[in-house]
This record gives sequence, structure tokens and C-alpha cells, in this order.
Amino acid sequence: MHVVVVGAGEVGRAIATNLEETHDVVVVDQDPDIVEELTYSLDVLAIEGDGTEITTLHEANVEEAGLVIACTDDDEVNLVICGAAKTLTDAFTIARVRRRTLLETWEGSEGAFGVDFMVCTDLLTAQAIFRISGLPGAQDVDMFAGGLVRMAEFEISPESPIANQSIQDADRYDSLTFAGIFRNGDMIVARGETVIEPNDRVVVIGSPDSVSTFADDLVCLPQTEHEEVVIVGASEIGYQAAREFEEHGYEPRLIEQDPDRARKVAEALPNTLVMQSDATDTEFLEREHVDEADIVISTLGSDERNLLVSLLARRLGVDRTVAVIENLEYAELFETVGVDVAINPREETAEEIVRFTRSNRAEKVAMLEHDRAEVIEIEVGADSALSDRTIMESVADLPEGVVIGAISRGGNLVTPRGDTTLRPGDHIVLFVDATVLDQVLEAI
Amino acid sequence: MNAHLRVDWRAGLSLVGTILAFLSLAFVLPIVTALAYGGEDLWVFVVSMSVTVGFGLVLRQLDQNPDPGAREAFMVVALTWLFAAIFGALPYLLAGNGTVAHPTNALFESMSGFTTTGATVMGDISFDTHSRAMLLWRQLTQWVGGMGIIVLAVAILSQMAVGGAQLMEAESPGPGVSKLTPHIAETARVLWFAYIGFTLLLMALLYGLHLAGFAPEMDLYNSIAHGLSTLPTGGFSPEARSIEAFSPAVQWLIVPFMFIAGVNFVLWWHLVSGDTRALFRDNEFRLYLGAVSTLSVVVTVVLFFDASLQTSQTGQIGGHFERSARYAVFQIASLTNSTGFANMDFDQWGGTAKGVLLFAMFIGGSTGSTGGGIKVLRWLVILKSLRRELFTTVHPEAVRPVRMNGKSLDEEAIRGIYAFTLLYFCLFFLGILLLAADAARVGLDLETIELVTASIATLGNIGPGFGIIGPMGGYGEFPVTSRLLMILYMWIGRLEIFPVLVLLTAAYWRS
Repeated sequence: MHVVVVGAGEVGRAIATNLEETHDVVVVDQDPDIVEELTYSLDVLAIEGDGTEITTLHEANVEEAGLVIACTDDDEVNLVICGAAKTLTDAFTIARVRRRTLLETWEGSEGAFGVDFMVCTDLLTAQAIFRISGLPGAQDVDMFAGGLVRMAEFEISPESPIANQSIQDADRYDSLTFAGIFRNGDMIVARGETVIEPNDRVVVIGSPDSVSTFADDLVCLPQTEHEEVVIVGASEIGYQAAREFEEHGYEPRLIEQDPDRARKVAEALPNTLVMQSDATDTEFLEREHVDEADIVISTLGSDERNLLVSLLARRLGVDRTVAVIENLEYAELFETVGVDVAINPREETAEEIVRFTRSNRAEKVAMLEHDRAEVIEIEVGADSALSDRTIMESVADLPEGVVIGAISRGGNLVTPRGDTTLRPGDHIVLFVDATVLDQVLEAI
Repeated sequence: MNAHLRVDWRAGLSLVGTILAFLSLAFVLPIVTALAYGGEDLWVFVVSMSVTVGFGLVLRQLDQNPDPGAREAFMVVALTWLFAAIFGALPYLLAGNGTVAHPTNALFESMSGFTTTGATVMGDISFDTHSRAMLLWRQLTQWVGGMGIIVLAVAILSQMAVGGAQLMEAESPGPGVSKLTPHIAETARVLWFAYIGFTLLLMALLYGLHLAGFAPEMDLYNSIAHGLSTLPTGGFSPEARSIEAFSPAVQWLIVPFMFIAGVNFVLWWHLVSGDTRALFRDNEFRLYLGAVSTLSVVVTVVLFFDASLQTSQTGQIGGHFERSARYAVFQIASLTNSTGFANMDFDQWGGTAKGVLLFAMFIGGSTGSTGGGIKVLRWLVILKSLRRELFTTVHPEAVRPVRMNGKSLDEEAIRGIYAFTLLYFCLFFLGILLLAADAARVGLDLETIELVTASIATLGNIGPGFGIIGPMGGYGEFPVTSRLLMILYMWIGRLEIFPVLVLLTAAYWRS
């Protein structure tokens, strides 16, 4: 497919990187240095120009495009790009926006602004924060098959009841499938005899209940009735995250240093206790008993400050820390030094957009460990290689690195076992090693 | 000299003249009444009407094309009410009957009517001394003042379409004018329609009770007269014994209407236009309802267990549930929102019950209602901000906006509310001092509670107080100077202090 990506910021670049192998990608940006740099670093056609102008779009051959992605840093510009593209082509248009209000406007009448799909970066990030925070110990959480199936990634501590057990032994949870293990940067597909070692990260797929039970067993912490959530930094992401928590009945605390911003979010969030202070002021943190919080989420503007806050919270005795990071390179470092979960808005956005590039097959995509593996949801077609065969038979034909994690049949969850026969119309949730993803998609 | 910086008093007075000329139409009702009852006092009202129209039209000539601004709005509002009271006093003067023939008393009675205070200096309230037309005029002044003269003028006079919002805001500076429709005149009309609708409904129900035989005293005249004073939270009655003169059925019927009058009329409009949840979503309404219900229950219990309480009219009250409830609910509903009706001489109640009544007097009606006083919204904001103060003592860094109906309030608006309330209490205490000094000057021996309630009852536009100014008494015994002060207080209280006080500051008149 011919894909036009306008805006080579962090998101645009991430998308282009993700699509360069499988699609013809044209990247448009106004900055000549970026264009030059892209030309050499990625296998894409980089064009210098203003994406809101018809001439630029012509130059990018937008008429041939199947997908136009507007992901500059400016919300309005992205809308104009989509609107302009729609005058030239019927391509599917995706606009990235930061402001949730724009998304709400668009949702009120889909197709408005000439946008076919709108991705609200900050909202996606906020939702991801909420999802992950809700499950104790989880590094990553995603829902599939309309909420019927949940995927989660956990780090296994040495004290964990399943540490040093084989998958076979650990597999004592109803409707839960162990999909994969990340160990020291390697991805291991879970087999019966694989032993789960301490500090492994385990990916499980199953019903939301079973995943929750599993999470509780792993963490072995007394579950408080109402989790105490502290969000540091009222950035747009921090604000949206607080809103997510509010909407789910929590009463989070939000710490923001700027008095005007604090006032503004305090007005917008009736059930959040907004405090105007420096979150690195230990005296303040102690006075407000931040150390007793179940989770501290730092959404400050800079990665370094987020790290600082997370480490400080850790030292005070907070159970879990979640930090938003802009620089993807830091992600693993952060998670190594003590941040429990690092969330990257760019990744969340790219995930959401990549979903559409595979819209013919995959219905939902989740990227794990910064795209070392993916969890995808696919509907089994009548002509699929998987159709009317048992899992044991079909897995033999698939490349190494694929696990069928869950099956949704007619709205019910079926736990996949070797002798389960797949039928046309089933939705299957697959755990796939990123390196074989394209092969897998082709095979099924 | 920059002309724009000075108060354009010509434009202001011209507009006042226009409103006054239009307001003179109110004299039509007493004229009709006089005609219906044999022509007594007919000339009084014809002359009053002519003088008012004449004066209004002369004032109007001051500026052919008035363009009043924000500064002039205060003047227009304050003077409109002053002139309305002055010209409304003409009939009492001209007829020359009873105590209200005295100029101060005439002005007192008229100001009390227009400001819906309901405080009276009329010595003998009966058809022997005053004509039916005169007593109906007394009722009507309250009705005209109830929803606000300016609101009425904006609703009717096309020339007030622009700047009308400013004038309405100056007349009732509480929460700001909530425009229901894009045109301010339309909004004013909606408010008046609701007001007229409830008034007519009450009149019909009262007369219906009479026809059904449940209210022998409530004839057509009385039905109209009491409809004219219930909805504006006025409190005048052509009956000397106020509502006590009527059957329990009438008393119970008036309670919900007094309550209605104390609720923001915008909410009624929403209710009528189909938004059934508008009422109970409103924070102010909930507090108002809560306050009235709680105080009613408290007083009911107190009266029920007060074995000694009985009068020749009411019989034994203690131990009698319906009576205890009726007197308690009625009096609380009446005094909370400044109506000032009485269905018994509550001055005879015990200390606890009277204490609750005094407390109720400081609550006031809701914003956008016809009730006076400090108003429920202000108390709500004060309570909420005090709660915040307590909270921030424990959590000094907490940022907590004060919310009203889910929307957060400006800190400036909260400061304004504190300033108003403080000023209100200052005036209240000053009133006590001045009345006490004046009484001492003429050698009049007054109880403290009489001074206290006289001050709050006039400033809060309530009407009756305790002691000599109790529901069956009147303000006639105060010296002339005190009555003049109380006229000022009623005027200030109705316009919520600022428009009048601003006119009295030098800064207003300087550039």
C-alpha cells in the first residue's frame, strides 16, 4: 500500500519505521534537515513541504495512497491535512491530535474534518496508564475481543509462587494461557517444559477474571479496598489519566507545580484532589503521605524529572511507579533502575495507527516490550489455513514464535488447547514474535 | 473634561422617566377596583396616575436619545425604585385616611410595598378606614416590585433591549443574569410569565377553596389581594390579622406558593420546558429545600411540646400535631424567604422557636427569586468556601475550586460574596445602633430583640419582627427619623446594597 505520512516528528518517524518494510511510505515534513536525515536513515521517500498544501500532496502522490497519516505536532494542521487529502483521494485518513475535545467533536460525527480515524495521543496514553495501574504488578495490559480477552505482562519476582516452575506446573489457572517470556532481552515462546525464572517477564492471555486472579497471586499484597493513586504533573497526559481514574470511581491525587495549571485542572476534575507543589519536595510528600500511595504515576514534561520522581517515590516506599517517557531509548533503562512501568505516548499512538495498516486482517494489535513481540486479534476466515483444523495441526505449519492465546467463539471465551478445533468466524488472539509477524500474517 | 468619564445623569434620568411613565399603568387596577366598589378613592388614583405619567414624561425629555452605560445603570435602578416608592405613596397622601396620610408613613408604606418588605405603619388595617381600592393598591405595589421593576421594564420596553442585562444585573446583583434566550427581553418576559402564571394559579386556587366552602373569608377580593402578595414574597394583607384570618386550608395552600416564590424562577422555567431534573440538580434549591424542611421540623417539634402555647384564635397548639406543623411550616416558609405573612402571632412563641425564626430571617430566598435577604446561594458559597478553608488547613497545597452546580466559581466572585455578606451584617448592626440611639433620643423604651428584628426585617425585606413590630403590630411607634432610616434600609436591601451605596459615594460622581 502507498502510505503518506505527514509530519516526521517522533510519532511520524515511529510509524514510518514500522511500515517501511511492508509498504511504500512517503514522509512529508517541513524541516529540510529532517527530510535529508530521513532519506538516509529509513527506506522511505522523504519530501520537504507543507502537508496542508495541495501541491505537496500531489508531490507525495497522494492520489495513489491507501492511507494518509497526519501526525504533525499541531492538531489543527493535522485536521487540515486530512481535509485537503480527502479532496484528492479516497484514501483512509488518520489524524493524530492531542486535545481530547477535538476527538469528542469528531466522535460526534465520524468523518468530520475529512478524518476517517482519529488518534488522541494523550488520551491513549492516559488509558494505557489506567489499564496498567488497575492490575497490580502488570507491566502492560490490553483488552481483546471486545473485552472478553485480556492480555497482560508481569515481571516475576523471586518470591513469586510460580518462580522456578515450568509452564506446565504453573498452568493451574482456568482459561489462562502462558504465551511468552522475555528474559534478558530475549523472547521465548512458552512451551510446556519452559521454566519460569525470577525476573522473567511473562505474557499471559485469558479471561479478565483469570488474569486478575493470576495478578493477585503473583503480587501477594493485601489488596486495599480503594487504591490510592497519585499522579505527578498535570500535563495533558496527567490530566487525562486523572480523568480516566475519576471515571472509574477513583479519587486520585494530582500534584502540579504551576498554580494556574493546577487551578485549571482542579476546576475540570471534581473528584481529584489537586495539590500545588513541587513533587520533589520530600517534606511535602511525607506530609501528604504520598509514601502510602499504592501507585505513583509521573507525567511531568521531562523524562529525567519523571525518573527522579519515580525513584523518590520508590525510596519513600511506594509500591508501584509508572512513568511516562518521551525518549524510547530510556524505556528499558528506566525499567531497570526502578520504574515499574515506562509508558511511551509515541508507542501507544503508533500501536493504534499500525492497527489500521493491517485492518484487512488484524482487528487489534498490542505491542510488547517495545515491539519485540505483538499480540494480535484475527478473525478466522473460511479459507484460512487455520480453519477446521486443530491447533496442534495448524501450529506445525506456522513459523516458530506463535502462540494462540485465546479464542472467542460467538461471544464466549474458549481456552485453546492442542486438540481445540478452530472454526471460521472464531476470533483468535495470537502472541507473535515480531520477527516472524509478516510470515504469520501471510500464512493465516 | 472628558464627557464619557462623567455620569450621564440626563440619560439616566430620562430612562427613569420612561419607566415611571410606563409604571403608572399600575394605577389602572385600583381605578377599576374603585369603580367596582362604588367609586371610593377613584379620584385619588386618577390624580396619582396623571401626576406620575406627567412627571415621567417630563424626565424623559431630558435626553431624547438616552444611551446609559454601566455607571448609569446603578443610577437608573436606584432612582427607579426610589421614584416608584415616592409616586406610589401619592394615593395614601391624597386619600388622607389613617396613619399613612403622614408623608413619612406614606413613603414608608409605599417603599415597604415595592420592596416587598411588608412592614407596615398602617395603624388600622380595615375597610372602615381605607377603601378597598387603597388596600388593593397596597397589595399591588408588592406584586409590581416582586419580580423587579427593571425586569418588567426590560420585558416590555423595547428601548431597554440593549443594556437591559446590565440593568437587571444592577437590580439583582447576586449571581449575574442567566440569559435563558439570546434576547434579554425574552428572558425578562419568561421570568414575568412564570411569575404571572403562579400568581394567577394561586388566585384561582384560593378562590376555588372559597367556592368549595373551605375558606369562607377568602372571597374574590381577598383571593386577588393575597395572590398579589404571596408570589412577590411581600407579606401585606388587607386583613389586620394577616393569614390567621383564614381557614387552615388556605394557610396550607399558601405554604407551597411561598416556597415557590423563594426558588429561582429560572428553575421553574426549565421545569416547565421539560427539564424535570433541573430543580433537584440545583445546589441552591437543595439547600433551600433542606433549610426550610429542617427548620420546619425543628419548630414543629418545639411547638408540639410547648404545652403553654395557645391563643384565643388558635386554641391549644402543644400536643396538636396538625396545628404545630401548620404554624411551624407556615412561619418558617414565610420568614426564610422574607415573605412576612403570619398565620398566628408568633411573637407569643417560646424562646427556642423564636430563636429559630430569627435564624431563618437571615437565610433569605434563592437568587432569581422574589425573596430578599442574604440569599441561599451566598450562604452556600460561604459554607463551601469555609469547608475548603478547613481542608486547606490540613492540606496547605490543595487547590480546591468552590463549585456551584458542578461549575467552579471565580475566586473574585467568592470575595464579592464575602464582601456583600460582611457589608450586610455591618449595615444590620449599624441599623440596630442607629435605631437604639434614635429611640433613646425620644425616650422610647424598646427591647433589644425589637431593635434587632427591626433592623433585619427592613434590610432583609421581611416585614414583621418581634415585640411591637410583631406580626400583629406595626412600625408606627418608631420615631420619624427611625422610619426614614428604615425606608433607606428597605431600599438598600431590595437592591442588594451596592446600587444605592454606589450612588452615595463621591467617587461615583467624580470622573
